[in-house]
Amino acid sequence: MDRTILHCDMNNFYASVECFLDPKLKPFPIAVCGSAEERHGIVLAKNYKAKGCGVTTGEAIWEAKQKCPDLVVVPPHYEEYMKFAKAARKIYKEYTDQVEAFGMDECWLDVTGSVRLKGSGEKIANEIRERIKFELGITVSAGVSFNKVFSKLGSDMKKPDAVTCIPKEHFKEIVWDLPASEMIGVGRATERKLSYYGIRTIGDIANWPVDFFKHKLGKCGVDLWRFANGLDHSIVASVDTQVPVKSVGHGITTMQDLENSAEVWKVMLALCQDIGHKLYTYKKKATGIAIYIRDNKLSVKQWQCGIEFSTQSPSYIAREAFELFRQRYEWQNPIRSVTVRAINLVDMSYTDQFNIFCDSEALEKREKLERIVEDIRRRFGKDIICNGCLLDGLKIPLDCETKVIMPTGVPK
Amino acid sequence: MNEREYRKVYVDVYAVMRKDGTLLPRSFVWEDGEKYKIDRVLHITPAASLKVGGRGIRYTVMIGGKQRYMFREEDRWFVEAEIISIK
Repeated sequence: MDRTILHCDMNNFYASVECFLDPKLKPFPIAVCGSAEERHGIVLAKNYKAKGCGVTTGEAIWEAKQKCPDLVVVPPHYEEYMKFAKAARKIYKEYTDQVEAFGMDECWLDVTGSVRLKGSGEKIANEIRERIKFELGITVSAGVSFNKVFSKLGSDMKKPDAVTCIPKEHFKEIVWDLPASEMIGVGRATERKLSYYGIRTIGDIANWPVDFFKHKLGKCGVDLWRFANGLDHSIVASVDTQVPVKSVGHGITTMQDLENSAEVWKVMLALCQDIGHKLYTYKKKATGIAIYIRDNKLSVKQWQCGIEFSTQSPSYIAREAFELFRQRYEWQNPIRSVTVRAINLVDMSYTDQFNIFCDSEALEKREKLERIVEDIRRRFGKDIICNGCLLDGLKIPLDCETKVIMPTGVPK
Repeated sequence: MNEREYRKVYVDVYAVMRKDGTLLPRSFVWEDGEKYKIDRVLHITPAASLKVGGRGIRYTVMIGGKQRYMFREEDRWFVEAEIISIK
């Protein structure tokens, strides 16, 4: 039986929420931008008026203002966006229990089971679109199709506040003439590669031999061929699906460039406090670490390595991360941003093979100390206790909590 | 030229929580301290206020013979207040 899958995308999400919360902004071109002082000064989202002036997501505020001198720049309010996303999902859940989020503002819904009760996919999509406009005050565009890839494609075809259907019988006429880059999974690099071979539309992908994709792009290439032929059978995850935690990371763009190793150490130690806390919350231990360093010329380097003992300890993770950094980074340029990730996570029940030269007593003592620190933080707040060296000269913003949920991947 | 504008005014509300869990506003206190009686609640629905930017449960109420909206936004109540600016 054919499935009925919806993809709902809240239009210009951050900018729409800002305009809704402050209706005085509506007549102006607006851009939601990170803080320039904290060196996050790029456009995160813009409304249609700003888009009309050529403002694009990801460009610096000064570039956007050159294109659009009247641009109103507003700071992001992630908590508000989370509330809207949650409210939208609450509405989606009234139609199906298969609601899979893709980032904060997009969701797939498998409404196959609701069609007999609530009408066709198109009818349900229109109902959801109207309800979100009425109850949340923002618009969505929805795609209705028989798989996730085409429903996402549909939601991008007509914007804002619209529904696009791509039925199985007519998908070739609707989809195959579109540029290949419109399809999920075709990013800039893949698009370049495909156009090198003269593959420019989704139809070109579909009609090229599958072996070509296998040879040139590997498994992902075969997926693209399947997607283009309407053979995406990936299921929409259920609302209560828990995605297993594979790594825990924390990164920050510093207020000023980091000039020496001592400054990097402080930042890493500060970042690892949160990593330790998250590992504790997820009941996981790390058996490896990865670091990601971006210098002030925006060139990026990353390294990873295993660690001797599985751990949740912030100071142990920080020490290992710093050691890796010290060995590898050659200081061609000062550093702009640092990310530390705890990787290869294992359950708490995992036991290490100790070597006979290790001072297990000291390790145990340290673990005990860190459990106590964790407990103090739980009772009195995160900032009640910290390493002495973090009290002074730390080049990171005071509140550097990560609040953004990023899309987790493409259909498999 | 007269131009209609609106602002969001949070108000103190006297309400009744009924046995079945429904919450019904009975009166509210305006900014100047005056108390207004709500004669009837006509309709309750989740809705957004595009005029002042807020969303929650919208109560369509009758006050002094006029139909008005009141919004319960999480733990607070607001109303859409009309302001007349003369240009």
